[in-house]
Amino acid sequence: MRVMADAPAPAPATLSSTAGTPVPAVELIDITKVFPGVIANDHISLSVLPGEVLCLLGENGAGKSTLMSILSGLYRPDEGRIRVDGSDVRIDSPRRGRDLGIGMVHQHLSLIPTLTVLENLMLGSNKGIILDEKTARTRIADLASTLGITVDADARAGSLALGQQQHVEIIKALWKGSKVLILDEPTSMLTPQGIAELQKVLVELKTSGLAIIFITHKLHEAIAIGDRVTILKQGRVVGTIGPEILRSSTPQQLQRRIVATMFGEEADEVADVAELREDLEGHRVRRTMSETPLLELVGVSAPGHHGQYGVSDVSLAVRGGEILGIAGVDGNGQRALAEVIAGQRRPSAGDIRLAAASIVKLTVSSRQRLGLRYVTDDRLGEGVVRPFAVGMNLVLKRIGDKPFWRRGTIDRVAINATARELIAQFDIRTPSSETRIGKLSGGNIQKALLARELSFQPRVVVFSKPTHGLDVRTIAMVRERIRELAGRGVATVVISTDLDELIDLSDRVAVLFEGKIAGIVDNGPGAETRIGELIVGAQAA
Amino acid sequence: MSDLLTPTFLTALIAGGILAGIPLLFASLGETIAEQSGILNVGLEGMMLTGAFCGFLGALATGNAWVGLTVGAISGLLVSLVMVVFCVRLGLDQIVVGISIILCAEGLTSLLHGAFFGQSYPRLDAIDVFAIPVLSQIPVLGGSLFSQPAPVYMALIVVGLVGWIFRRTTAGLDLRAAGERPDSLDAAGVSVVRVRTVAEMACGAFAGIGGAYMSIVGAGTFVPFLTGGMGFIAIVIAMMGRGHPWGAVLGALLFGMSLSIATALQLVGISIPVDVVQMLPFVSVMVVLVVFAREARLPAALGLPYVRGSR
Repeated sequence: MRVMADAPAPAPATLSSTAGTPVPAVELIDITKVFPGVIANDHISLSVLPGEVLCLLGENGAGKSTLMSILSGLYRPDEGRIRVDGSDVRIDSPRRGRDLGIGMVHQHLSLIPTLTVLENLMLGSNKGIILDEKTARTRIADLASTLGITVDADARAGSLALGQQQHVEIIKALWKGSKVLILDEPTSMLTPQGIAELQKVLVELKTSGLAIIFITHKLHEAIAIGDRVTILKQGRVVGTIGPEILRSSTPQQLQRRIVATMFGEEADEVADVAELREDLEGHRVRRTMSETPLLELVGVSAPGHHGQYGVSDVSLAVRGGEILGIAGVDGNGQRALAEVIAGQRRPSAGDIRLAAASIVKLTVSSRQRLGLRYVTDDRLGEGVVRPFAVGMNLVLKRIGDKPFWRRGTIDRVAINATARELIAQFDIRTPSSETRIGKLSGGNIQKALLARELSFQPRVVVFSKPTHGLDVRTIAMVRERIRELAGRGVATVVISTDLDELIDLSDRVAVLFEGKIAGIVDNGPGAETRIGELIVGAQAA
Repeated sequence: MSDLLTPTFLTALIAGGILAGIPLLFASLGETIAEQSGILNVGLEGMMLTGAFCGFLGALATGNAWVGLTVGAISGLLVSLVMVVFCVRLGLDQIVVGISIILCAEGLTSLLHGAFFGQSYPRLDAIDVFAIPVLSQIPVLGGSLFSQPAPVYMALIVVGLVGWIFRRTTAGLDLRAAGERPDSLDAAGVSVVRVRTVAEMACGAFAGIGGAYMSIVGAGTFVPFLTGGMGFIAIVIAMMGRGHPWGAVLGALLFGMSLSIATALQLVGISIPVDVVQMLPFVSVMVVLVVFAREARLPAALGLPYVRGSR
């Protein structure tokens, strides 16, 4: 790639000039960062060479994102040094980071949806008073051809598919001629096709001499994409796997090695979690399913809210003991579907049946009593009442019912007795049943939600993103509970944007696209690709 | 009813609409700028009232309307600094601070007016009308649209200028980004605080001009509570304009006409109770809200203080 003579603030080095030198493009030495109560980074050292992809692998909370925020100038380290191209630097602002040639693509896309691609890219990089559109357009065309992609500069960023938005983010990160590109969990929102395309782009960038840091918590990605893999755990580097070993080992060997490094003695407990496997084939168990469907949706339509899709003409049937996965890019009607089943949203057409009896006119609480449960993804919002005690939250959906309420008064003794049972049964880590639930960690709040929804004879349970944002051990526990539930003959619907999770759990996967069922795929070999096609709106076969 | 469509009535309606609409235009233009940057400037009414009082003082002391308008602008800008300090810098609630600004301004201007003038209401000379050659000869429109005091034409030029700044300049892009995703703007290396500070100060200055126009050109005098809710109508206009300065022009003219309809009706001999007529603009606010509220597209970060690192 050439240096643009008229580009805004060209960086000191271009992509191609660093190839072939053994000096690391960037080097972190003994970085320590302490937040109140947590050591996020504990003397971390790592380096990346030009033309190399370093994968940073670790659980949520292992310190990956903090480390990268330090490198990109959002945080300042308490201790340690950063070297760029062999010389010490101080990165005290994101702007300084960019000027040094460090570009970052955040996990959550940071494009402004109401602005055009062009405006998004000019933001913060325009020097004069009047916007210089001409130069910016040339720069976009240049970078797009380097990446081997096409970009519509005048499209509103919000109208682009997530994969395309990410391309724009990458262009933005490279805008000032970066030498190091940091990608923070870039695949978390992409379809398999989007991920394949991203991989191609990364190869292009690598060959042009860029150093790439790729952050992920998925092991198979780290093995597939990385030239080296560095494993973080609780703020420390606990292992690095070099290129030689990566190339000479089988994926299974690598998987065992990495899981052992990450979890030590607990490795056996978690090795089966999809994130930590080297492949994606589901480990499905044969369950006995009921002859007739337990939950049926017939031609259900419901309006969307806040510019998201509703659902239109959705028909589904879930048998007892079956796990039906619902895939799709976020905002394609998942929320409407979940709420319409739970009774929180009124359908404009269609019928919902529980064991062949119509429940479409019933209220949320009547459906609850019939055994229809909904585990929301909005845990802190509609899931729990944060200032209330754990015990109260556990019986929140049984307000007015005996034995917790008697003649309109609350029976704390009865609530606490039940709460203590559930706390033990679901391994909720809380000081007591009287503790305010808002003080618990996300994982424990999710366990409390499960405890509430899965107790009192569930027959149909809808899960919305059940493991989103949880640590691997809680993920393993949640998925095990879901399998167990289906094993007991409960009809289970799992709505998730994480395709790995659906492949891991489901018997069948239905794909939501723009509020309609684009297709239903039996889980098995090749299902992932098919689902991926449906997610982006390919026609049903 | 055929009497209604006489040239006299229409001339009075349009001219009155512009006279009442110009303060709204300035104020809603300022509010548009503030809202685009993410500040819901509820205190607009207070800034207008301050501008009206100080502008009147300035014009009275110097005998020059232009000096008065300038003083009004400066006083509005000074009041906006309260918003800047409390809301932009310290991140306090914009609505609470805005309401206090209104209440303070109402009390303070009434008190000072009483202290300076007691029960007397000195009047200013009428400002010169600038008739655009040729165009001012057109029937109806000539006597209304094209025979106006110079600040009216200035207002339209300013609207065009602000529209151009929004779309074509770095400052305009930064402004819109600050209202939509301040964290993205911050990550792009632009200070959200600085962008919002400038926007809020511009809003205060425009509100001050609007207020001063009311006292100097409109009423020719100052009485306590002169602005009488115009600031709130201007907020509605700004929201319906969806960030387009020309939307503010349209809205201001519309509301200005509904304000001036009483005078126009009296000119053609139809008399309805003053109280009913005074309700009209506020009724039309509600009608407009019911009809168009769903379509108002407000910046995503409107009203939210920006503190780096908090989500």
